Formats: sequence, structure tokens, C-alpha cells
Amino acid sequence: MFKNRKIWLSGPYMFWIIAFTVLPIFMILYYALTNENGGFTLENLAAIADPIHVKALLLSLKLSIICTAVCLLLSYPLAMILKGLKLKRQSSVVFIFVLPMWMNFMLRILAWQMLLSNNGIINAVLGFFGIPAQHMLNTEAAVVFGMVYDFLPFMILPIYNSIVKIHDEVIDAAKDLGAGSITIFFRIILPLTMPGIVSGFIMVFIPALTTFVISDLLGGGKVLLIGNVIEQSFMQGSYWNLGSGLSIVLMAFVLLGMALTNHDNHTGGAAVW
Amino acid sequence: MKKHLSPIAFLLCFSLLCASLVYGCGNSDKEEDDNTLVVLNYGKYLDKDVLLAFQEETGIRVKYEEYESPEEMYTKYKSGAIDYDLMCTSEYIVERLIQEGEVLEINYDNIPLYSNIDERYVDYSRAYDPDARYTLPYFFGTVGILYNTTMVDEEDLGSWDILWNPKYKSQIIMENSVRDSFVPALRRLGYSINTTDETELNEALDLLCNQKDLVYSYLVDASADEMIAGNAAMALIYSGEAAYAQEYNEDLEYMVPQEGSNMWIDSWFIPRTCRHKENAEKFLNFLCREDMAMKNFEYVWYATPNQAVFEALDEEIQQDTTVFATEETLDNCEIFTNLDGDTTKTYDYLWKKLKSY
Repeated sequence: MFKNRKIWLSGPYMFWIIAFTVLPIFMILYYALTNENGGFTLENLAAIADPIHVKALLLSLKLSIICTAVCLLLSYPLAMILKGLKLKRQSSVVFIFVLPMWMNFMLRILAWQMLLSNNGIINAVLGFFGIPAQHMLNTEAAVVFGMVYDFLPFMILPIYNSIVKIHDEVIDAAKDLGAGSITIFFRIILPLTMPGIVSGFIMVFIPALTTFVISDLLGGGKVLLIGNVIEQSFMQGSYWNLGSGLSIVLMAFVLLGMALTNHDNHTGGAAVW
Repeated sequence: MKKHLSPIAFLLCFSLLCASLVYGCGNSDKEEDDNTLVVLNYGKYLDKDVLLAFQEETGIRVKYEEYESPEEMYTKYKSGAIDYDLMCTSEYIVERLIQEGEVLEINYDNIPLYSNIDERYVDYSRAYDPDARYTLPYFFGTVGILYNTTMVDEEDLGSWDILWNPKYKSQIIMENSVRDSFVPALRRLGYSINTTDETELNEALDLLCNQKDLVYSYLVDASADEMIAGNAAMALIYSGEAAYAQEYNEDLEYMVPQEGSNMWIDSWFIPRTCRHKENAEKFLNFLCREDMAMKNFEYVWYATPNQAVFEALDEEIQQDTTVFATEETLDNCEIFTNLDGDTTKTYDYLWKKLKSY
């Protein structure tokens, strides 16, 4: 009886998953494997080989890798510093880093649009000091900047969580055995925080790879990522089959990324998060 | 047994609920009294007072619906969910619908005030309605360059060349839509904006690719606001948007380059789904009436083809070339015609090529 009731509790969730995740994926698959007249074709998957699409995919990979690397380089030292601070209220510092996530991320990107634009706030400040106006908005750098800004908390939190879990005794023991600080970092701290890095990597790399809103708003329509190609196939020309085919290819890349990172990580990054 | 069924039962219930809702809505439409009129128009394209006045004077109840983009309207109409009596949209969609046999002839005898519409603009509309049998022009305008006088040198003005002037690197805003962006390149090369010739289109693409480095951004609705904020020196823009921007920033001026550009006309037409043709024609007549057309002009602030309204305007407004382009400019402009499927695909592909360049 009790067991039965539990099943009922999962009903809404089941419905949600089926209606809004499983069914749409099958619809995408159907569209990807058919042409406009409904006949079977692999053309839409092969379309990724089109030079335009290859270029967009490579650009997406490039920008998302840069974004992930920057996030990692920023978060790791920060997490170490936070741990070293030995503050009584460490959580309040973490809280400050999570705070921006409470705001809608579109709004935050729009705010950066205002800050970076030709006649924007940053250029006004530069102008005040007699520095000529810089062209910052609508460049690849601006897109990476927006990505980093948006996704940084997703890197900080898992890394911080795995670092605070390392007991001081472990490090003291290593010191007793004569390890220098470099050895301690590479042989003790880095391996123990690996699950955090992996889960941070996944949570930054994948949204960065598939984004189209950030590149639209901070790229001014000049930076064409694979996400934009897919979005435009649906919205501008109504090439649903092509868009679905490219989505499937992109999904394959996402799964590949997850498979590669999960390879050495049987404990699972999600546990850290 | 029961637990296996539950999700499916849930789905079934949900879909039944949806179906009944949809059915319910459809039903209530048909049961209503007959003295109505179902109108579909662009968003913010008609003064609501005009609707109220019409209902008061004629007792005809108007169901008024709006849409954002012509493509959206086309899909909405084609889905056949609602029987529209009267619609208003851009010339190339009207042309497509006429070609598809979706448009009914208007009986202009029922629209005595049609005489208020300036003959000249009826002639322009023959580009998509050759015998002037199906449409009634509502508003028109051009595509041109909105520029900031404090950032642009006077001597560079006049030609589309300014969009390729390296002096204005990262100061140029282009339209983020396929056909509009090709207009400057095609006209600069001396080709028609309705060309279907692939070599010509490729030449235009090369020009646009060369220009990309100078472009600040490709925008649609935001161009006017960016220009008001002074983020760019010039923008490719619709005359209506330009007039809106000028209200907020007095440094902005509008010009249509000498090589010519695109002229657009939004027109009313009666679709095949019309069930209240008499009411539709009554409404069209009402829209042509001077006081109502004036209300709409003051609300929308695009160029009106209504002669009576034009004559009643202040001289200053009549001579505002942002709103009312000169005849010389208009004769130098082309109206978009509907492209065949293959050419549309070519355009879309070239556009993607430009964006990834």
C-alpha cells in the first residue's frame, strides 16, 4: 500500500519527463531522419559537414573551451583562498558568489550589453580619464566574457565543495612525510578535487557549447555559433529537418564530452554538486 | 496493474482536457451572432479609438487580433483556426496569398471613400496587385539610412557607399533580416532587389562579407534604440522606425541613398475565409474616412496614402522626408516581390554564409 502511494507521487514527474523530454527527443529524431516530404534521409545529419556548419561548430568548441578554461583558472585559486581564509562564516563568502545566480541570466547579459556598448558605461568612464573609446561589444571576446560571467558559479561551487572536504590532517600527514607544497598540490589536493573539477567542467562546458542567446546578445549577430545555426533553422527559414539533424549531432558532442570526463570518475561528479 | 496504467491514464486525461478546451473555443466562435468582423493586423498598427467609433456607428462588433511578423501571420492564417474577414500585411505576403488564390476581390463600389486614396499609391501597389482589384493601401515607407549628424561627415552622405566606408568601422548597424540586408549591396551593384540571378546574389554577398568587419551589429527591433543611445553612427532602417528614433534624439537624420532602395506598402485585403464581406468593406470605407485615417496616422506615424489626410497636415509634416519620401525617391525605389522557393533557399544559405564569415 505504502509502496503504491509512492508511485503515485512520481506521477507528475513521470508525466513531465515523458511529455517534455522523452517525446520531444523522439520528435527531434523523427525530423532529423526525414526530409520535407517525410521520406527517410541521412542528409540532415550529414549537413554538419557543410563548411558553414563545421566553422560554427569549431567556433562553438573554441569559445566553450576557452570559457571553461578561464572559469577553471578563476575558480580553483579562489576556492583554495576561501579554504585558506579559515573564516568563521565561509558560507557567507560562497553566498556572495552564488548571489548573481538569483537574477535572471538574460537580464545580467542585457546589463553587460549596456556596459560594453560603444556609448556605454565603461567607455564613459574611460572617456573621463581621457582614454579613447574601445570597441568591446559584438566581438568573440565579449561572448566569452558573457559566458564566463554566467557560468562561473557552476564551476566555483563544486570545486569549493570538494576542497573543503579535504581534511587538514591529510595535508599535515603529507607534510610529515616530507612533501613540499608543490607535491602536496599535485599528489593530494588535485586528485581529491578531481570530481569537483569534472562536475564543474560539465556544467560550464555544455551550456557554453550550446548557447545561442549569449552569442546573439553580446555578439550582435556577428558571432555564429552552432546553437545560432540551429535556432535560425527553426525561426528564420523553417528548416525543421535540418535544425533537428544538427541538434542530434550537437547532442552527440555533448554526450561524448560527458563520456570522456566521466571515464575516470566513477564516484560521479553529480554527487559533489 | 494499476500502477502501470497511471502515467498513461494521466496523459489521456490531459489530452482529453486539452481537446475539450480547443473544441469549446472553436464552438463558441460559430455560435455568435452574425453582425461581427474579424480583423487581423500588425501589432500597434491601428488606433483603438477607431475600432470603438466603428462599433458605435455601425453596431458591428469587431474582433481585433494582432501579430508581430508577416511569417507568423501567414502561418496563423494558413492553420485555418479562425476565419478572418479582413487582414493587413506587407506587400510580398499579399502577393503570395494572391498567387495562392487566397484573396477575394474587393467591390470598390461599396467603398465610396476609396477616392481619398491617392492614385499614385494605388499605382505603386500594382507591383503586387497588377489590376488593383484585391488591395487597399494602408501605410507605406522606405528603407534607408538613419545617421547621427554628430558622428557622420556631410560629404560621405548620399550613397550606399557610406556603409562600406572604413572610417565608420564598428559604427554601422545592419538589418538582421535576409532581404533587407541585401538591398544596399544589390543597389550599389546596380542590380534589382528582386533578382533571382545567383551570380548577382553572390556578388552582393561578397560585398556584404567585406563589410562585415565594419559592422557593429546586425539587429532588427533594437536598431532604433541603439541609435537613440548613440551607440552607432548609422543604421539601415525602415522609415517608420527612423521617425520614431528622431522623436527621442534630435541628432538623428534619415536619408534614402541615390542608388535607390526598397519601398514597402502594407495593404488591407479580404481573405478567402471571409464570412462578413459587407462588414469588411464597410470597415475599409471607415478607415478611408478623413477623421479616422488621421487618427491612425497620428497613432502610427508612417506615411499615409490618404490624400485628404495629407492635405490637412501642417506643411512642416508634409515636407518631413523621413515620413513622406519625395516622389523622386519613391520612383527610385523598388517594391519587394515574392520569391520562389528555390531563391528563398539560396537567400537563406547566403545569409548563413555571411553570418559565419
